[in-house]
Amino acid sequence: MDSAAVEPSLYTVKAVFILDNDGNRLLSKYYDPELYPSMKEQKNFETNIFNKTHKADNEISFLEGMTIVYKSSIDLFFYVVGSAQENELMLMAVLNCLFESLSQMLRKNVEKRTLLDNMDGVFLVVDEIIDGGVILESDPQQVIEKVNYRCVSEQAYGFVLFDYITGNTEDQGEKRQLL
Amino acid sequence: MIKKFDKKDEESGSGSNPFQHLEKSAVLQEARLFNETPINPRKCLHILTKIIYLLNQGEHFGTTEATEAFFAMTRLFQSNDQTLRRMCYLTIKEMANISEDVIIVTSSLTKDMTGKEDVYRGPAIRALCRITDTTMLQAIERYMKQAIVDKVPSVSSSALVSSLHMVKMSFDVVKRWVNEAQEAASSDNIMVQYHALGLLYHLRKNDRLAVTKMLNKFTKSGLKSPFAYCMMIRIASKLLEETEAGHDSPMFDFIESCLRNKHEMVVYEAASAIVHMPNCTARELAPAVSVLQLFCSSPKAALRYAAVRTLNKVAMKHPSAVTACNLDLENLITDSNRSIATLAITTLLKTGSESSVDRLMKQISSFVSEISDEFKVVVVQAISALCQKYPRKHSVMMSFLSNMLRDDGGFEYKRAIVDCIISIIEENPESKETGLAHLCEFIEDCEHTVLATKILHMLGKEGPRTPTPSKYIRFIFNRVVLESEAVRAAAVSALAKFGAQNDDLLPSVLVLMQRCMMDSDDEVRDRATFYMNVLQQKQKALNAAYIFNGLSVSVPGLEKTLHQYTLEPSEKPFDMKTVPLATAPITEQKTEIAPVATSKLPERLAPSRQDIYQEQLAAIPEFQGLGPLFKSSEPVQLTEAETEYVVRCIKHTFANHMIFQFDCTNTLNDQLLQRVQVQMEPSESYEVLHNVPAPNLPYSQPNSCYSLVRLPEDDPTAVSCTFSCTMKYLVRDCDPNTGDPEDDGYDDEYVLEDLEVTVADHIQKVLKPNFGAAWEEIGDELEKEETFALATVRTLDEAVNNIISFLGMQPCERSDKVPENKNSHVLFLAGVFRGGHDVLVRARLALADGVTMQVTVRSTDENVVDVILASVG
Repeated sequence: MDSAAVEPSLYTVKAVFILDNDGNRLLSKYYDPELYPSMKEQKNFETNIFNKTHKADNEISFLEGMTIVYKSSIDLFFYVVGSAQENELMLMAVLNCLFESLSQMLRKNVEKRTLLDNMDGVFLVVDEIIDGGVILESDPQQVIEKVNYRCVSEQAYGFVLFDYITGNTEDQGEKRQLL
Repeated sequence: MIKKFDKKDEESGSGSNPFQHLEKSAVLQEARLFNETPINPRKCLHILTKIIYLLNQGEHFGTTEATEAFFAMTRLFQSNDQTLRRMCYLTIKEMANISEDVIIVTSSLTKDMTGKEDVYRGPAIRALCRITDTTMLQAIERYMKQAIVDKVPSVSSSALVSSLHMVKMSFDVVKRWVNEAQEAASSDNIMVQYHALGLLYHLRKNDRLAVTKMLNKFTKSGLKSPFAYCMMIRIASKLLEETEAGHDSPMFDFIESCLRNKHEMVVYEAASAIVHMPNCTARELAPAVSVLQLFCSSPKAALRYAAVRTLNKVAMKHPSAVTACNLDLENLITDSNRSIATLAITTLLKTGSESSVDRLMKQISSFVSEISDEFKVVVVQAISALCQKYPRKHSVMMSFLSNMLRDDGGFEYKRAIVDCIISIIEENPESKETGLAHLCEFIEDCEHTVLATKILHMLGKEGPRTPTPSKYIRFIFNRVVLESEAVRAAAVSALAKFGAQNDDLLPSVLVLMQRCMMDSDDEVRDRATFYMNVLQQKQKALNAAYIFNGLSVSVPGLEKTLHQYTLEPSEKPFDMKTVPLATAPITEQKTEIAPVATSKLPERLAPSRQDIYQEQLAAIPEFQGLGPLFKSSEPVQLTEAETEYVVRCIKHTFANHMIFQFDCTNTLNDQLLQRVQVQMEPSESYEVLHNVPAPNLPYSQPNSCYSLVRLPEDDPTAVSCTFSCTMKYLVRDCDPNTGDPEDDGYDDEYVLEDLEVTVADHIQKVLKPNFGAAWEEIGDELEKEETFALATVRTLDEAVNNIISFLGMQPCERSDKVPENKNSHVLFLAGVFRGGHDVLVRARLALADGVTMQVTVRSTDENVVDVILASVG
């Protein structure tokens, strides 16, 4: 099967998912209905991949007959899955675009908390990069423009100020809850 | 602004994840807020996010509740909040399959798609196409056509990609948009180019001519998108493969020129395409290999991985082409990405010299536990290939493999190891005892039934012939005590083989057999009773027929004939000779296994090629009543590769007839051939009974015609014959573009090459695992012997290969491999002659000036012996 030429197709991406540092799913999209059709198989696949990849930041791996490129940031793991014959660099282009777009949108705070607080934006970003397995856009700047997720500079200043003032108290609030 | 959810939300959620412990019913309750006026965009947005998050987590929504939420959501189209609207589109897409009546949003989406707000238009198109079916599609067709050629790239891209998704559903409608897609392909935007190219290809992929034209156009105009280039490389290499065009074609030049593209992605795609081409020469590979070599030192892990993975593939076929990269690969064996390191080492194992093997094996054993099973299989395959190359290294390999066998691992991995050990044992007689010992140890604690039975079979085959067979008995009998039914049954069969071959062990085997007769499982008891009775007869011939050499018929064939037999009650007992024989197993598969990809398909018992032919021929009324198909030959080409018509022939042998199947292909696109048949003129007393013509032979669609020939009955030794063949047909010229033929045609003929029928066509290969026993079983009543001098043959290898291909018989006991530096060799061949007579041939070969050969033939039929000897002479 491996030596056969790749069937020319735009369907490049088999799946995309974002996991937290315990391997829990935060977002995941499967584009090939034949690949892991049930939720149980999907979660199983994600757990397998997470176990193999979360220790070493190796960028690329091969599991269950799939090429997987991945990237981690603080407490988040980003994965893009393609078939064994897929051009690895194409998958990397998708992963980089996803990460860069989110990084810009979240103002470099690519961590679980910020990501979850802006989950709607994250859904929209993924939607703009991949549509049903086809790479829709690979330039992060374009993605950000298309999503247009309240990215105005004045408000950003307001946000930074807001964060600066409230940041402390909020942290304490969290700690209280944890205790 | 990046917003924080307000305090209320935060406290109701728990800790760091505001979405944790979301209750579906509570969220749906909240969705009632959608109906409030005025709409609160921020709150509604948050609720929609929660719904999508829940769907994403795999929460199941019932149809009623989903529909309810969906209808409530449609009210949000009244709000002009951008993000809210975008989230509505997402919800529509997510719910398209679970909610009912999603088409009610069609008009809202159509409005957005044609509206002034560019931010809405692309996403609206994608959402709309997600909920549209074929009938609805007609209604929006006009808008889709406009959208495809829209000057805003995101609108055009969205329309193209959505069209692509809909090709599967409504090909005929989307096909009408081809001109718009063509226009979009010349857009300046790189993504629009890529999507247009993809859509155009999908619409035209069945029309090779159109694809070729399209490719020519785009290679000349020069696209900007690297993605589009990758796509074009794939299309080009597919075309090359289909048309079997030589490597001087413009397609190949295009792929090669991409090696100099400025995008790494394109360069890699081109290199990989060249590497994957069948029959590529070392010279054509060289430029591809050298760019891959450059990639090996890239700082990007993905690029290094891609390069070394592809080099690994090259090394399988052309190890010498990769030797130039050895230095770069050496640097990768300590790569922190273990996948890269493993691939580098296995590549080096294929290309390196014998002296480096020890060092590389040591390196790899230091981290073999860290890599995934897929890569462990790659390592095992590399070792397997290495053993064939350097047989002397088998002790290093064997100890390495036995260590791997003890480690944890999945079934695929263990199977690869066991297969590898078994192949080493078969190749190297010296390694047999250590190998068997490792396997014995493994089955002591083996959870995979398939592997345990396989190993037991191996022990039964090889064990009795070792110096101390008794030590294996304990391992085998342990299985009878401890394992599942299938393993116990296999163990009983293995025991029987020890008893049949070693007289001093026979009494103890009989005692053990007796115990097995008390087993709780039917199959195990039956086997034990059967073997017990056979063994007690103490007859060599019985042992050979029922213990060593099992059935040689094809299992699907046996099933079919037995079924047939039960349908027509008759007095006659069932005759095993009417069952078609199994085609001999192909042993040379293991070396070509793909490196990384492990097939996930379950292995089914596929009907063999011959069973398929049997079905096809049985469907033709002229060929009824010929009996079972005895043998089908490999296809023989009757034309040069690049002629107007390509014809190849497959010879099907029956008990008293032969059918010649001519597979014809018409390579002229301006001709339609009709009533195609092949006229055959035999040189001997063969009689052509029937010609079954092929009614139509349009351009590039292969079709078959047949000829039925009766074999001469009065002279059974006339096995070889030459046929001169002429293809006759009616030509109708036709328009190459539309394929419509003209009304009248003319007769024409085309001379084909001569077709030979040889003795090999009358003999089916049969593997006798124990040749000696089979030899004794037939006995020497009809034995004949003759000596020949093969003056033209210079080596024993050559002689052996000549004899095998000439007689078409199965070499047994691995006697087809001539040990190095020997002057004499014995070749054992087994087969079944047409009509069901067993034939065994023993050829003693001695190398002097030429090769001298003494052939001894034994068979159950005297004629067969004569035929073989006459044809060898």
